[in-house]
Amino acid sequence: MTLAMSRRDFLKVSAALGGGFVLEFCFPLASAATAGAAASEVNAWIVIHPDDRVVIRIARSEMGQGTFTALAQLVAEELDCDWGKVSAEFASPNEHFKRNRIWGSMSTGGSMGVRSSQDYVRKAGASARVMLVMAAAMQWQVPASECLAENGVISHGPTGRKLRYGQVADAAARLAPPQDVQLRDPKDWKIAGKSVHRLDIPDKVLGKPVFGVGGSLHGMLHASIAQCPVFGGTLRSVDARAAEKMRGVKKVVREKDFVAVVADSWWRADQALGKLAIEWDEGGNGSASNQTVQAMLQAGLAEADLPQARKLGDAQAALAGAAKVIEAEYQSPYLSHATLEPQTCTAWFKPEGFLEVWTSTQNGEASMEAAAQASGLPLDKIEVHKMMLGGGFGRRGGPQDFVRQGVAIAKALPGVPVKLMWSREEDMQHDFYRPASIVRMKAGVDAQGKLIAMHTRIACPSILKVLMPKMLGKDGIDFSAVRSFSDMPYTVAHQQVDYAMRNGHVPVGFWRAPGQQNAFYRECFIDELAVAAGKDPVEYRLAMLKPGDKNRLVLEAVVKAAAWGTSLPSGIHRGVAVVDGFGSFTAMVAEVSVSAAGKVTVQRIVVAIDSGYVVNPDTCRAQAESNVIYGLGPILYQENNVKNGRIVESNFRSFRLPQISEMPKVETVLVPTGGFWGGHGEPAILPLAPAVCNAIFAATGKRIRSLPLKHHDLRRV
Amino acid sequence: MLELNVNGRTHTVDVEPEMPLLWVLRDHLNLLGTKYGCGISVCGACTVHIDGEPVRSCTLPVSEALGTKIVTIEGLSQDGLHRIQAAWIAHEVPQCGYCQTGMIMSAAALLAKNPKPTDADIDKTITNLCRCGTYARVRTAIHALAEDPAPIVPKNP
Repeated sequence: MTLAMSRRDFLKVSAALGGGFVLEFCFPLASAATAGAAASEVNAWIVIHPDDRVVIRIARSEMGQGTFTALAQLVAEELDCDWGKVSAEFASPNEHFKRNRIWGSMSTGGSMGVRSSQDYVRKAGASARVMLVMAAAMQWQVPASECLAENGVISHGPTGRKLRYGQVADAAARLAPPQDVQLRDPKDWKIAGKSVHRLDIPDKVLGKPVFGVGGSLHGMLHASIAQCPVFGGTLRSVDARAAEKMRGVKKVVREKDFVAVVADSWWRADQALGKLAIEWDEGGNGSASNQTVQAMLQAGLAEADLPQARKLGDAQAALAGAAKVIEAEYQSPYLSHATLEPQTCTAWFKPEGFLEVWTSTQNGEASMEAAAQASGLPLDKIEVHKMMLGGGFGRRGGPQDFVRQGVAIAKALPGVPVKLMWSREEDMQHDFYRPASIVRMKAGVDAQGKLIAMHTRIACPSILKVLMPKMLGKDGIDFSAVRSFSDMPYTVAHQQVDYAMRNGHVPVGFWRAPGQQNAFYRECFIDELAVAAGKDPVEYRLAMLKPGDKNRLVLEAVVKAAAWGTSLPSGIHRGVAVVDGFGSFTAMVAEVSVSAAGKVTVQRIVVAIDSGYVVNPDTCRAQAESNVIYGLGPILYQENNVKNGRIVESNFRSFRLPQISEMPKVETVLVPTGGFWGGHGEPAILPLAPAVCNAIFAATGKRIRSLPLKHHDLRRV
Repeated sequence: MLELNVNGRTHTVDVEPEMPLLWVLRDHLNLLGTKYGCGISVCGACTVHIDGEPVRSCTLPVSEALGTKIVTIEGLSQDGLHRIQAAWIAHEVPQCGYCQTGMIMSAAALLAKNPKPTDADIDKTITNLCRCGTYARVRTAIHALAEDPAPIVPKNP
């Protein structure tokens, strides 16, 4: 029940100089690792050893969300092996390309790790099971239909003979895979659907070096990096004379947009980096500020003609004829991911013309391509070792800046492995930030306060424009900028959603549940409409959700679990929100208190999630807890401000992370209704900000239309 | 040359006296379980024990650790799995796991001094930052350890 030996032992202790250990990355290609001990690759996903140990290959990344284990569960379920003999390892990106992308997508984001690969990984498990049965049947010379595979053993019914998977794996591996396989009905699951313990946890609590920053290689050097503090700027000149004289410093690497110092320890590299006299060419953005960002977004909102992300009925005419029009403007700042492990990449140009890279990546394929670009080597001469991520949250997928830099630095020192690690300050000031945005909503209601028309204008930078320009629609609409409005489930006959793409110079990226700001805006605005109509916020929403709509089902589930409408202890108030996204449907009730001094405390969160199916219930609950604490920081105090073209915040004093004392009680109600596959890594963050802010309104009568709360005076007067 | 006692062994290192202990551990002794998170003693990913006290090693000059007994996550247990680590596995505490070695060192120091900590004790002493949100499970595991001194690592079904 541990990681495959190839990972566990990737650090081999060898004889040391100077009294310490010299540890080596020893992390062979996946197939080599498992083929050595006469293990058989039954198919690309499954390797079985003669002693019945099963190694399951995982193509997606593990950043704490549990995908590594959940995918192994799905494969093991269909394989019907002994879960106690299962370990998992990452599929090799080098072999992936050599074998024509045999493991499918390696991208890990959008809460898609399980839901977008469940079909083919389950089929891989089922296919291997059929091959194992066939191999046993051939050995016994009986029809396969008389044989049954269960828990790692194949039995021949009529004679009672048995063979273990390990005994027939070699023969099975030589058979052609079946054309078609039947997948189990999830209600018959024995391994999937259960809260098995995560495979990656033991190594993590033991402090094994499983992370990108974890490993060490013989003779390895360390690099610290400085990038132009103004985004888009370039390096003009560096006076490195003082730095080069410092102890342990081996090289100063100058590139177009960064400078790095390489030394024999990271601290020495970083100290020397501080002694460089660097002149940057800031480009044209040295005067950008919060004010210029505001002006840019407001100009977007003021534009006469904008592309429309949704058009239902005639919103303008319906607004003109409405009994009452209610308007509000909401906004959000830029936000850094602040993964606790800073960006990192170890690269080694080996003498034989092969490049090895070790990194914490959300996308092994993207890392390979970045390494190829930076090295000039073809993909078959590169291996990316996917390490465990010390947090991802979208930072380490699309942008592969750290890989390009790590490879460029190591290229300057051929034959020497170099580990690049960013300082916390670099990490916070050179992120791909959650976009700042402003949204203006205009609602037309009838005499009873019922919503009949809604016109929404969204001004927001485009993540796709920065990271995946090919995915932008012809009309220039970025789905991540308009979600929750372009697909609003409420039955409102007249809807118009306009999108003003305004990009600025601050790079934006996928930040856990991209587009989640819209959920905050929409669900708070709906609350405003409910209040204006004199209606209960739950009743107001239910009246706009069709029977059978899964948004409705989770809303009803959370209302029941949180006992909405019942009395609460004095000083505690409730807020509600319901949002679908990332394949799942999520509703939340937040219980919040606001002290006389204006301090907000989130006491309890009840969340109901319908993800269709649940592969590991405990991991799904952990993800709900994770979304609550990750989402709480931006509600209370986190923001990234722009001044002189730079990000102002630099570390955890200016960009606070919530502490254990701020963790609310989280109760997760899993209500999988089947028939679809939804995600868990992000959905629970969607309703958090609106549920909390709606509770603050219930507590104080003050409507929060921008975050973080530290800018709002909630003192009782 | 400086002499350091780490995990019961004496190591000789040739480093500047002002080098923070974290980097001596990581880059000179290859003890990689102790992590860098902020470099300013805020996040606690670098927590080690010095004479039994939890200390953030990212700002502690190595010269101040001379003559002390330093324990890192690698040396927390004599037999490979400390009871706190066992409880962390049993309660599925880690998510990404990056902060957890520091978190475990803080919890170990707390429980050594205060075998039955209250929620308020935990709030005051476990100031390590976790980006993934494992706090509820950290609290649960600490309370469980107060009740059961020898948690058993459960087997999977």
